[in-house]
Amino acid sequence: MSRPVRIRTGLAALSLAALALTGCSVSAPSGGSASSTAGSSPAAGAASGSGSSAPAQDKGTVTILTHDSFALPDDLIARFEQESGYTLVTTAPGDAGAVVNQVLLSKDAPVADGVYGVEDHSAHRLVGQEAVAPFTPADLPASAQDLVVGDAMTPVDRGQVCFNTDPAWFEENGVAEPTDLDQLREPQYAELTAVTSPVTSSPGLALLAATTAEYGEDGWQGWWRDLLEGGAKVDASWSDAYAVDFSGGEGKGEFPIVLSYSSSPAFAPETAVLEDSCTPQVEYAGVLAGAENPEGAQAFVEFMLTEDVQAAIPDTMYMYPVDDAVALPAEWEQNAPLVEDPITPDPAAFDARREELLKEWTALAEEVQGS
Amino acid sequence: MPSPATTTPARPPRRRPAGAGAGAGWAAAGVVPVAFLLVFFAWPVAAMLWRGVAGVDAAGDPTGALDLNAFAEVLGRERTWRILGQTLGMAAAGTVASVALGLPAAFVLHRRAFPGRKLLRAVVLVPFVLPTVVVGVAFRALLAPGGPFGWTGLDQTTAAVVLAMVFFNVSVVVRQVGALWSALDSRQAEAARTLGASPARAFRTVTLPQLAPALAGAAALVFLFCASAFGIVQTLGRPGYGTLESEIWVQTAVYLDLRTAAVFSTLQLAVVLAAVALSGVTAARARRALRLGTAPLRPLTRADALPAAATALTGALVLAPLAALVIRSFRSPEGWGLRNYALLATSPGTGFAGGVTPLEALEQSARTALDATVLTLAVSVPLALLLTRPFRSGAARTAQRALDGALLLPLGVSAVTVGFGFVVSLRVQVPELAASGALVPIAQAVVAVPLAVRALVPVLAAVDPRLREAARTLGAGPARVLATVDGPFLLRGVGLAAGFAFAVSLGEFGATSFLAAADRPTLPVLIARLLGRPGADNYGMALAAATVLAVLSAGVMLACERLRPREAGSGGI
Amino acid sequence: MDTHTAGRRPAHHQDDDAPRPRGAALRLRGVAVAYPDGSVPVTRADLDVAPGEIVALVGASGSGKSTVLRGIAGLEDVVAGTVEIDGTEVSGAAGGRPVPVHRRGVGLVFQDGQLFPHRTVARNVVYGLEAAGWGRVRRRARVAELLELVGLTELAGRPVRTLSGGQAQRVALARSLAPAPRVLLLDEPLSALDADLRARLARQIRAVLQAEGTSAVVVTHDADEAAVMADRTVRMGEGGVLDDAGR
Repeated sequence: MSRPVRIRTGLAALSLAALALTGCSVSAPSGGSASSTAGSSPAAGAASGSGSSAPAQDKGTVTILTHDSFALPDDLIARFEQESGYTLVTTAPGDAGAVVNQVLLSKDAPVADGVYGVEDHSAHRLVGQEAVAPFTPADLPASAQDLVVGDAMTPVDRGQVCFNTDPAWFEENGVAEPTDLDQLREPQYAELTAVTSPVTSSPGLALLAATTAEYGEDGWQGWWRDLLEGGAKVDASWSDAYAVDFSGGEGKGEFPIVLSYSSSPAFAPETAVLEDSCTPQVEYAGVLAGAENPEGAQAFVEFMLTEDVQAAIPDTMYMYPVDDAVALPAEWEQNAPLVEDPITPDPAAFDARREELLKEWTALAEEVQGS
Repeated sequence: MPSPATTTPARPPRRRPAGAGAGAGWAAAGVVPVAFLLVFFAWPVAAMLWRGVAGVDAAGDPTGALDLNAFAEVLGRERTWRILGQTLGMAAAGTVASVALGLPAAFVLHRRAFPGRKLLRAVVLVPFVLPTVVVGVAFRALLAPGGPFGWTGLDQTTAAVVLAMVFFNVSVVVRQVGALWSALDSRQAEAARTLGASPARAFRTVTLPQLAPALAGAAALVFLFCASAFGIVQTLGRPGYGTLESEIWVQTAVYLDLRTAAVFSTLQLAVVLAAVALSGVTAARARRALRLGTAPLRPLTRADALPAAATALTGALVLAPLAALVIRSFRSPEGWGLRNYALLATSPGTGFAGGVTPLEALEQSARTALDATVLTLAVSVPLALLLTRPFRSGAARTAQRALDGALLLPLGVSAVTVGFGFVVSLRVQVPELAASGALVPIAQAVVAVPLAVRALVPVLAAVDPRLREAARTLGAGPARVLATVDGPFLLRGVGLAAGFAFAVSLGEFGATSFLAAADRPTLPVLIARLLGRPGADNYGMALAAATVLAVLSAGVMLACERLRPREAGSGGI
Repeated sequence: MDTHTAGRRPAHHQDDDAPRPRGAALRLRGVAVAYPDGSVPVTRADLDVAPGEIVALVGASGSGKSTVLRGIAGLEDVVAGTVEIDGTEVSGAAGGRPVPVHRRGVGLVFQDGQLFPHRTVARNVVYGLEAAGWGRVRRRARVAELLELVGLTELAGRPVRTLSGGQAQRVALARSLAPAPRVLLLDEPLSALDADLRARLARQIRAVLQAEGTSAVVVTHDADEAAVMADRTVRMGEGGVLDDAGR
């Protein structure tokens, strides 16, 4: 097979030429910036990893595909590199959905060793398509035991998608605050509600899953139809809904009810969570099938479950640690605890029908909005 | 050899034309830039399309045959044609409105003198380089019920999307048409006036036809931008008003249904090719010997009331969202002040301890943009020279026109297709390159090259070919002609092209968000992240950072204005 | 239309052992010039210019006068006949490549000057000397000599945009003469100027060309101007020019 080799050589030469043209700035990110710790240049990563003493053993690079919200304190990453001997490289193709697509698209020739940031229902898809290799860390926290998917996807953190409300608005306007999900379909509340599209946003998708669980196969369409016909706003993304339309958000919009997270009031203490509407989200990590460095990916998955990482997750990634033995930050404890007994759809069943449900939802929304 | 078509029936055998050897040299000069575009644009797109049409057997293994069943199925749906109609309708409306507002603005900003003209010129260009995520929020803050323009009822309507398209693209018309207009000899229009034509008639019958090449080119660019608009359609439109681009995104990113995506991509490609061809035909028909000179700027007078009003409207459309953005950036939980700006240097955002600060992201952006600029110039300069050579052979001129049209494709093809295409082609075949982070400036360069070439071509095309002839009769060889005649013009154009490339790269969001490492975000990516998290400081910082980005882009553009070629006209006498 | 000339093209001079009488700085025989679009506006041109001679080419507009000049300079393709400059065939008649424009040693003064807008007067004049690789000292002396010859010494440092039409044409003349071309071609050098200036400049051009001893072809449509500038006038008509003076 000399031809592919030649093509690769040619490409490498072209890439080198391109790199040479771009000078040294790409290949040598400035050492001062926080970004260099897990920088994509192995040299930079190694340099920052060897701050105090030399790593135990240099075992090369481990590449992890993450969603674009991945962030951990520098010292934690440095410690991982120090203790494991791997240099950590992360690439982020976009949100959680983009991560899953990229894993599936490059299934036969994985471009990374591990993956982090996959949501519950997608975790089932990766396992079903055998894109991930079996691995479960030995010392899994008790609270994570039941969440493991197919012995291959390890839960790392979790959260809840909930409607948030602006109590001040309700007080000012003399309207009673809604207390359960079903009330939102009433015209009185529907016109006060901003949701995000299940097609383009992850909280929207979680809400769709929750309504299929709550109202059943034949009931969810009715809830959404009432909501949309009642005048609810459908935004493309969380920031459109929360930052522009929500009266309790930065844009001081017109809608006192918005689809958001149980954690949001930690940052906006004057807002509240509509507890009855909450539905869980879990984020997973796993080792990719056919990875070049499966041991490195396993070490990364184990690292994500260590107490220090678990404790850092709320402040850096806005999620709750999967290990419920780890304490939450004070403002989270006070304003944004996880809701007991959320609406819990079956992720595997939902994932199997996801595309069909989304297309049904799209048709419904286009019909209501187009009329 | 040139075509043997001739008016003389019995002519001696043709000799080699002078300069036939130069063609080979130019072909060689084109190899590297064309290879760059083939590898970093054509290959990823083709790889994506191939996945959509490659047949598979029952076990899911490729059969090597074409499977076009998806085409029949998707093209048979009424919804597909509605989406195509919506795309064309919105893009056409955006293009018409951009031209209608851009044409008078080009006149006022490039032919009339008034205080603040240069600043206004730069400001009009700012939206073009702002990330859509910022513009979406700024626009919606204006139009949302309760916002300053909430009374218009435009929020989440097609009209809002079209307005945003104009906001983004009016600068393309102003710049391209204005550049030609400022060099247009005004005496022909004056001659028409002495022959009894009213100002309107003189404009319609003399000036407009002269502007037609630039107008056709600008309209084609705007149409491509509008037809492939994604962020603003998602943010400002509403469900049910999808376009080809948003449908490609949904099919690819949400359903991973590459077969359906390939059908929509093919439709998009057809639209793009049709637009490029139409613009090419119009421009070719309109191409004529233009008499270029240096027209003196006249002061703005009462006679210019109509274009001035249109320019004011354009200015307002551009300034209102920008102003809303800037004003809001000074508000924080502690009241009005510079708090949001102070946080840019010190805070990575609330509850975002592991991230980078906006200042660090800006550094990353600037470094990436610098790389992208160098790459863009390395590719664009040979291409622009190649496109403006007065080749004598018909085949060479046909090749020139084909290349010129093909260069527009990166602007019209879905960023999603290109982005995922990078994953299935480059990431798999050259993982070292993907890991090095170099894909980000490369992807930005692919977007910037068509614009940079379009900044260079008019400057080089304005070099009177007889200047080169004069140099040759004085004993200058091809290399010396290039260096001493084209060179000085090129230098001025290069400044402009570099500024464009740098600014576009600074604001680029689509491809960058796809390819950037999570821990090394550029400023637009970080702004999007800050907007995606709750907390007053995050929102304030996002707006402050967007303001910094806008000011920086305006600064780069203002500097480029100074580098605009002044003497790119006739021989100077 | 003369096809016979092309049919029996004269033997190439290099194959001709007989010593050729020196006497032609420029010799055209049966020259046809084609445009890139394939049309052939000049189908037959014969012309002889003796060393130091100034020949005026006159004719109605559209008769192809300028095209002949461009063919001589190599800016358009010569598709039949021979062009000899100082006894050397340059148009590729023997089947070889035509001598490229910049190696023909032919100067061309354009109708509208075509001065380089980004260069000063002196830097325009020095252009051909730079191309020919002259040393700095010699260049400086030659530029000073020519500027003095055309009477523009004091404008040496001026940007060319600030020149009047007459000044610009004199700079163009000095620029073309500087590298001492074997033949200088002038394409309607005065047509862009006003009448008063034309008469004066016509005399000056003749004086300058004579001072330099340059062989020249001047294209003009004005018989009086031709009489002032040239030693001899040749008429051009219907796609060709027939000049028997050299035979």
